[in-house]
Amino acid sequence: MSQEGPKKLDLNRNDMPKQEPEVRRSNFSEVALGYTPELASAEAKRCLQCKKPKCVSGCPVEIDIPGFISCVVKGDFAAGIKKLKEKNCLPAVSGRVCPQESQCEAQCILSNKHAEIAIGRIERFLADWEAAQGKIDLPPIPKKTGKKVAVVGSGPAGVTVAGDLILLGHDVTIFEALHRAGGVLTYGIPEFRLPKAVVAREVDYVRKLGVKVITDYVVGKTRSVDELFEEYDAVFIGTGAGLPWFMSIPGENLNGVYSANEYLTRMNLMQGFRFPGSSTPVRKHRRVAVVGGGNVAMDSTRTALRMGADEAHIIYRRSKEELPARAEEAENAEEEGVIFDYLTLPVRYIGDENGWLYEIECLRMELGEPDASGRRQPVEIKGSNFKTAYDAVVCAIGNSPNPLIPSTTPGLQVTKRGTLVTDQETGKTTRDKVWAGGDIVTGAATVILAMGAGRKAARSIHEFLCS
Amino acid sequence: MNRVIAREMIVPNMHLLTLEVPDVARKIEPGQFVIVRADEDGERIPLSVADFDREQGTITIVFMEVGASTGVLAGLKAGDTIPTCVGPLGNATETGHFGKVMLVAGCYGIGSMLPVCRALKQSGNRIITVLEARSSYLLYWADRYGTQSEKLFTITRDGSLGMKGHIKRLTDVFNSLPEPPDRVIVNGCTYLMARTSELTKELGIPTIVNLNPIMIDGTGMCGVCRVTVANQMKFACVDGPEFNGHEVDWKEFLARRKQYIDEETSFFKHTEPKAPVHKEGKCLS
Repeated sequence: MSQEGPKKLDLNRNDMPKQEPEVRRSNFSEVALGYTPELASAEAKRCLQCKKPKCVSGCPVEIDIPGFISCVVKGDFAAGIKKLKEKNCLPAVSGRVCPQESQCEAQCILSNKHAEIAIGRIERFLADWEAAQGKIDLPPIPKKTGKKVAVVGSGPAGVTVAGDLILLGHDVTIFEALHRAGGVLTYGIPEFRLPKAVVAREVDYVRKLGVKVITDYVVGKTRSVDELFEEYDAVFIGTGAGLPWFMSIPGENLNGVYSANEYLTRMNLMQGFRFPGSSTPVRKHRRVAVVGGGNVAMDSTRTALRMGADEAHIIYRRSKEELPARAEEAENAEEEGVIFDYLTLPVRYIGDENGWLYEIECLRMELGEPDASGRRQPVEIKGSNFKTAYDAVVCAIGNSPNPLIPSTTPGLQVTKRGTLVTDQETGKTTRDKVWAGGDIVTGAATVILAMGAGRKAARSIHEFLCS
Repeated sequence: MNRVIAREMIVPNMHLLTLEVPDVARKIEPGQFVIVRADEDGERIPLSVADFDREQGTITIVFMEVGASTGVLAGLKAGDTIPTCVGPLGNATETGHFGKVMLVAGCYGIGSMLPVCRALKQSGNRIITVLEARSSYLLYWADRYGTQSEKLFTITRDGSLGMKGHIKRLTDVFNSLPEPPDRVIVNGCTYLMARTSELTKELGIPTIVNLNPIMIDGTGMCGVCRVTVANQMKFACVDGPEFNGHEVDWKEFLARRKQYIDEETSFFKHTEPKAPVHKEGKCLS
């Protein structure tokens, strides 16, 4: 029994200020504006500081959540960010794109009252507060062990592994195939959801810790994994899920049909949203359909609106209940004017004589029995075909792992889905001295899961290097 | 950064760019390509490789100056650097022993076919080369092919060198041969590759083409380079760039190549014209 008596529950979750929908739908600036110190502190004060915090068990990287929140309560933001960074070297990223509602916040004791602490928002606040101070505190770097690790891919998994291992005294080099580091954080997630300056800042942090980042280097092509061992003692593969799926329906090679990877890469990595200020061309489309219901689909429709489309539709074969996107992202999209066509399945893309898309033929669906994933399975309604005019369609139905490394590395076992076979606890692959984590192992998943996998692998690599 | 060793214009608008990129040079094989960016805001341009020197750590890229980005590349001089040169990308050309191989090349393809030609010759193949250009002044390296080839044909649109006419004069080339080649390899503009494939299909000669679609990452991630081959979707960057020319859907390929023609034209309306590279009839580049 606490001496102060039972704390009165404050069930008013503090909203985070956002740009108004009508304003933001025509700019690429960040939608959510972040907590002010007052809001962060008010939200932090609602935390019950549970003795056995369930939120921590909901976090793939086991951040000491009550710990950093209590620092915010005390107003000691510097201590808060330090606590956060003990377990998470990308807090500004995870504070923005982590699905907290299904992880830490879902476990919060207050979620019973639909008033869970906004952990992600406080996390983001601390990271942004630190960046605004203009001075980043670097943790002490231990004595060098003389061991060298090569990390393939500079996405969330790779950056986490690198950040952890450098702090354990090993030399780390990250190899990135594209010209800018960050992986999916850079090429995939749009500016309005995750500003590229934030990603650059986080990558810069591991650079400052001493990690070498080499861009424009395709492991598997420029150098094989085997050849990396001429120089390195261990290799981590975090190359992501970079091979877009298409649906094998007629017309997918028409002009105006994009993979989400292409559409978003043009806009984000290649800065297409500045065209004609960018040198990579993008085409203006009037009516854009995006096939799929995940975060990538939301990102694509919202980008299309910002690029001046009159209408942007989500075409999803199940219903609103089954949308895999974060609720917050689907809501944002809806507020901005994205139209959701649920229970709809594209069956054919129809082009004009010059090979440009002008119509999509779809089928109506209904929900049947639950399938293996537990979601009710969409079933086609025979004869319900209808055509709608569109001049662009973005296929956002997922990615499989990029086969470039598995196919050039002997001894790496892959599953039927093309993912790498690893030990769940350690991230060890079937090949000696090679670890892997992130989407290359799980198939397309979340940023934080990739970071969690990176953390586990770093631990195991460290044990190996010290043995 | 990737240092420029040399840059020269070999025929009007056709340039050779030699870069110091030891890791790429150590690995590259005939038929593969690299992606370069000319400056920090530059687009990613996939370009063919015309030569490489593993010991010196250099590769030589051949490209035609057609727009803003290649324009920047065309303005480079020795000692400059470019931010990106990544590769080698794509699969290498098969250069085993086939017997008699006919090489058909035009435009930048004349440059990128030369390493293929040398490798094939080394594998003991007999080489017949056909070079195509609009006019004799746009044709280059006939001498280099001459030393490797049993027979060398040239076709120019205006008849200023060799046979007069389009690539369809290839029929006459075939007719002049005592026996058809065992394999044809084509590299150059889409029209050249499509037309040659059409002809050799009728004649039943296996034909390999080296496709040059629009690309962004070049590692299979974006899928913009997809092409239909034998009714299947392929990504030219990782499954190609070489394919059986008889199986490529050329109409679709051509349409996809032209996706950004309007945008590329409008780009120039928004940019300042480049300083002239020609003065008083003399080329200054």
